[in-house]
Amino acid sequence: MNAPVPSTYPLPAAPAAGMRHIISILLENEAGALSRVAGLFSARGYNIESLTVAPTEDASLSRMTIVTIGSGDVIEQITKQLNKLIEVVKVVDLSEAPHIERELMLIKVRATGKDREEMKRMADIFRGRIIDVTETTYTIELTGTGEKLDAFIQALDKTAVLETVRTGASGIARGERVLRV
Amino acid sequence: MDRLDPTARVAAPELTGAEIVIRCLQAEGVEVVFGYPGGAVLFIYDELFKQDKVKHVLVRHEQGAAHAADGYSRASNKVGVCLVTSGPGVTNAVTGIATAYMDSIPMVIITGQVPTHAIGLDAFQECDTVGITRPCVKHNFLVKDVRELAPTMKKAFHIATTGRPGPVLVDIPKDVTSQTCRFEYPQVVAMRSYNPTVKGHPGQVKKAVQLLLEAKRPMVYTGGGVILSDAAPQLTKLVKLLGLPCTNTLMGLGGFPGTDPQFVGMLGMHGTYEANMAMQHCDVLLAIGARFDDRVIGNPKHFGQVPRKIIHVDIDPSSISKRVKVDIPIVGNVREVLDDLIKQLEGQPQKLDPKALAAWWAQIGEWKAKDCLRYDRASKIIKPQLVMEKLYEVTQGDAFVTSDVGQHQMWAAQFYKFDKPKRWVNSGGLGTMGFGLPAAMGVQLAHPGANVVCVTGESSIMMCLQELSTCKQYRLPIKIVNLNNRYMGMVRQWQQFFHGNRYSESYMDALPDFVKLAEGYGHHGMLIERPADVEPALREAFSRKNDLIFMDFITDQTENVYPMVPGGKGISEMILAEDL
Repeated sequence: MNAPVPSTYPLPAAPAAGMRHIISILLENEAGALSRVAGLFSARGYNIESLTVAPTEDASLSRMTIVTIGSGDVIEQITKQLNKLIEVVKVVDLSEAPHIERELMLIKVRATGKDREEMKRMADIFRGRIIDVTETTYTIELTGTGEKLDAFIQALDKTAVLETVRTGASGIARGERVLRV
Repeated sequence: MDRLDPTARVAAPELTGAEIVIRCLQAEGVEVVFGYPGGAVLFIYDELFKQDKVKHVLVRHEQGAAHAADGYSRASNKVGVCLVTSGPGVTNAVTGIATAYMDSIPMVIITGQVPTHAIGLDAFQECDTVGITRPCVKHNFLVKDVRELAPTMKKAFHIATTGRPGPVLVDIPKDVTSQTCRFEYPQVVAMRSYNPTVKGHPGQVKKAVQLLLEAKRPMVYTGGGVILSDAAPQLTKLVKLLGLPCTNTLMGLGGFPGTDPQFVGMLGMHGTYEANMAMQHCDVLLAIGARFDDRVIGNPKHFGQVPRKIIHVDIDPSSISKRVKVDIPIVGNVREVLDDLIKQLEGQPQKLDPKALAAWWAQIGEWKAKDCLRYDRASKIIKPQLVMEKLYEVTQGDAFVTSDVGQHQMWAAQFYKFDKPKRWVNSGGLGTMGFGLPAAMGVQLAHPGANVVCVTGESSIMMCLQELSTCKQYRLPIKIVNLNNRYMGMVRQWQQFFHGNRYSESYMDALPDFVKLAEGYGHHGMLIERPADVEPALREAFSRKNDLIFMDFITDQTENVYPMVPGGKGISEMILAEDL
């Protein structure tokens, strides 16, 4: 092997083991705010596992939930960089304390012959609701943690799954902790 | 409020968006705007024409406008303002905006946009300005309603100048500049999402004082933050109070007097031996308004091999513990935190261990004795370092010096001793070749009577050469010191060291005759080829107070910048001239 040529840039750091974090953000409900957050993640090379956003009860504010994976240092930088964005009002790493997270999945499955009854049973076991029915398909609504939704898909016969759509996780702290202005 | 006072609304005059832009600039006390007209900003230019409070400087390329506004801001305490049209006007300015962003320079960029109804239809000279500039501004706005214009301008100036400063862009569609509304400039800005921390945490300040006083080998390392927050007097006071050694980054030069015996020189990739060694071997490091970037501390792993405690003062929390873990972070305005530190230190009976401090200074003295910046003074070919030394002498260390990017930048930083802040103007973060000349225009406009020098190289100067024409129009008597070695010197140096002397495309063939070129623009040019002519040429140039003089120094092609920390190495692993 040739001797490495010194780079004009810093050497890559060994990737530290990353943990999954769920970050909640309150930000001004303004055009461009979402792209600022998304742009920050891509520009600085942070992961986005999922991102959900919608206005809050106060229409001038949006609540965003980002699921990301990173080492402690990276998460610290992510929260600092997010706080630096002018439109961001508050940032909280929900994973630091007890919290609840939920994700919604709509899944369209083949439901014919003997599978039709089996599919209904599976939906019941996972506490899903069948919200649309045709002669050959069911559309099932399922909420839970991402793991639960994964488990449901796993439990189904792969060939029976026609289409899935997931919202990504939304999160909220347990107990009396609140994230508001 | 309005209902209570019905006359208030009547009193506010109804103005067009273009008039409002100008009125906002006037309200902010803006004296100079650097710009270039075009279709989308015609209404604004029409209003500029009708008044004389805000002076407009017509550049020759929008990149020049951004750099000039940037240079203007760096050398003064004012916001640099530039005004460009939509599409190519903006994209040309992007390099300048990114340059200002990397060095945290307060600027407001006003850009024209196609009319609101044409946005998104690929109209003539349309581009997604807020999208393109989003990653290289502190913040940006697209103003779609004329009633939002004045509050947005107010916010733009507020955001640009507070917290960690930076460029803020306001994109204004053409129809917004012709619509009218009542104009009232807001007195205050209230933003629930933007409240930068100014005061340092008292507990942290207390801890920092304790740690500093217990140090055996203390060191102060400061950067651009000291310059930006006007904290040079405070820094000097603190360093003197404790008798500490002090180093400045490339961006921080002038924060502490360059001629002071406690100054150990610039640190970093081309820093002095003593500064880098002291940085590596200190036991308590006080970092102020600096960010431990790769050009400063090299490989952070190597830096971490020596145990030391670090106090880090910065207004931007994200700059703290980004590359190097610190022990005592203090978030706040550098000036305020320094004031607090000084106050606490002055009330302290405890002093630094004098024996330990003396031993530390003796060690630094040994490192200093290496004389790491020495060069061949007997050379028959002009050494670039000689030009810098003579420049320092001739200007008595009191010039405003801008530079481009490369070897000449490093020699200027090493050899020109800045005793005052805001005298050294260079693109440290982005490293933008072409910055020097337009930045010098901004500096000269901020300080009309002062000596303004642009230290450059033959490759850099050609990147924004067209601004020689602007200099002529506004009679800017800038002195250009061109260190002409017929190479992209810094690229060549790296190729010599690390790429087997293969000078791939780093040679400048077919260079212009710079003397004739300067004359072509209506300036005076000088060709200097012998070391003995360096000083007389500089003296003559600076005696011509009213003329721009282009000095073309033909320098040694093989000269390298030393010391040098190769990329990926630790800061104490320097290559010195004597090693080769």
